[in-house]
Amino acid sequence: MGVDLKNATFRGYKRENGRVGVRNHVVILPVDDLSNAACEAVANGVKGALAIPHPYGRLQFGADLELHFRTLIGAGANPNVAAVVVIGIEDGWAKRVADGIATTGKPVSFFGIEGHGDLETIRRASQQTKEYVQWASELRREERPLAELWVSTKCGESDTTSGIGANPCVGNAFDKLYPHGVTLVFGETTELTGGEQLVAARCRTPAVRDKFMFMFNRYQEVVNRHKTNDLSESQPTKGNIAGGLTTIEEKALGNIQKIGRKCLVDGVLDKAEAPTGPGLWFMDSSSAAAEMVTLCAASGYAVHFFPTGQGNVIGNPILPVIKICANPRTVRLMPEHIDVDVSGITRREINMDQAGDKLLEMMFRTANGRLTAAEALGHREFVLTRLYESA
Amino acid sequence: MIHFVVHDEGDSVGVVVVEGVKADQELTGWIMDQDREIVVRAQSAIPMGHKLAIRPLAANDTVIKYGVDIGRAVAAIKVGEHAHVHNIKTKRW
Repeated sequence: MGVDLKNATFRGYKRENGRVGVRNHVVILPVDDLSNAACEAVANGVKGALAIPHPYGRLQFGADLELHFRTLIGAGANPNVAAVVVIGIEDGWAKRVADGIATTGKPVSFFGIEGHGDLETIRRASQQTKEYVQWASELRREERPLAELWVSTKCGESDTTSGIGANPCVGNAFDKLYPHGVTLVFGETTELTGGEQLVAARCRTPAVRDKFMFMFNRYQEVVNRHKTNDLSESQPTKGNIAGGLTTIEEKALGNIQKIGRKCLVDGVLDKAEAPTGPGLWFMDSSSAAAEMVTLCAASGYAVHFFPTGQGNVIGNPILPVIKICANPRTVRLMPEHIDVDVSGITRREINMDQAGDKLLEMMFRTANGRLTAAEALGHREFVLTRLYESA
Repeated sequence: MIHFVVHDEGDSVGVVVVEGVKADQELTGWIMDQDREIVVRAQSAIPMGHKLAIRPLAANDTVIKYGVDIGRAVAAIKVGEHAHVHNIKTKRW
């Protein structure tokens, strides 16, 4: 095998809580939709700051509100983030988000708009942001062991080449990373439909299996409660169908190739929950690309493997998204979006072991600082999962 | 040169991995899990990424891919025929 993982290291930013990031963002984080304008104004004025606007945060309640806070706090706490400025329409929830992020020990401040207006809030928040950006600019990467890297996966705009090449390529890489104590995650609950028994059989203990099946059945109930047809054109998507995928079962079996053939499912997470140890985790999650990748960022993952067939262009502001593609036409027509071309598998020119090594090599380059295609093209999709209507 | 890929020798379908497959074309398939080749004649043009049957299916037969149930045929499908949403449906949802 080409990549020696036994003593492998990457160059990352060690944070106050011991986690290691591969990016050094100063994030301007809105608590709610109303605060996007101020956050974007701060990021426009202070060079090197990154606003991550989103459309929610008002009148949510219960489990949906808890998930909102967990996602925002998790995104701010992610080790790819050096420092955070939180802006909300009022102080209370802004402080709640800032306090959650502060448990990591990283610098964080919050600002409420009410009683000050946008302009005064922007002035105060910009002053703080400038100090954070200059502080962060002096932080240096250091050599860290591979085991300190957290890697997530989710595929998108899949087609039949995903199941043949790009997804098993991720599975090959996961099988190689797993014995070295890397913390891994997969999810996409509905996209396991038809293959759920295969995942259940890979769960390490009966307790893990029961929790997985609980999450799986919970999501099936959501689909059954709201569906008006067999979900044709949503699951599989029109893009999936154009690419040759026919049923959700076929799509799911391709999807499951991402967890390889050897590694076991060590634990189950609810949406945006952080794992508590190394190994392969299943996270209950939407199968919509930007929602799932945002949940991975909120869970603390530092690098993402994203196989695509038809050419999903997604990125994330915090989590570098590495695109892997085995479809020769997509690689030809959309080359600027693809980081790892494994289309040689469909021509029998390379085998899966070589494809997995190619991805691992790109993983190290990305962790060491190389911008992904999605980062270079400015893809910053930060999409919060909602559980139900606002109050 | 291979024109289509089959995951497992027990599968009912293979996936076309080249562009421009035409009716009557003789196609070579690679069965990945067993690493051997088969030959099938295409019944029609089949787009890249789409499936063709490699064994005959009757209506209501279970369609196998990756060695696993991926749905049911809703019409008879001949060997070499395009197999997609017009003749295969999910058993879920």
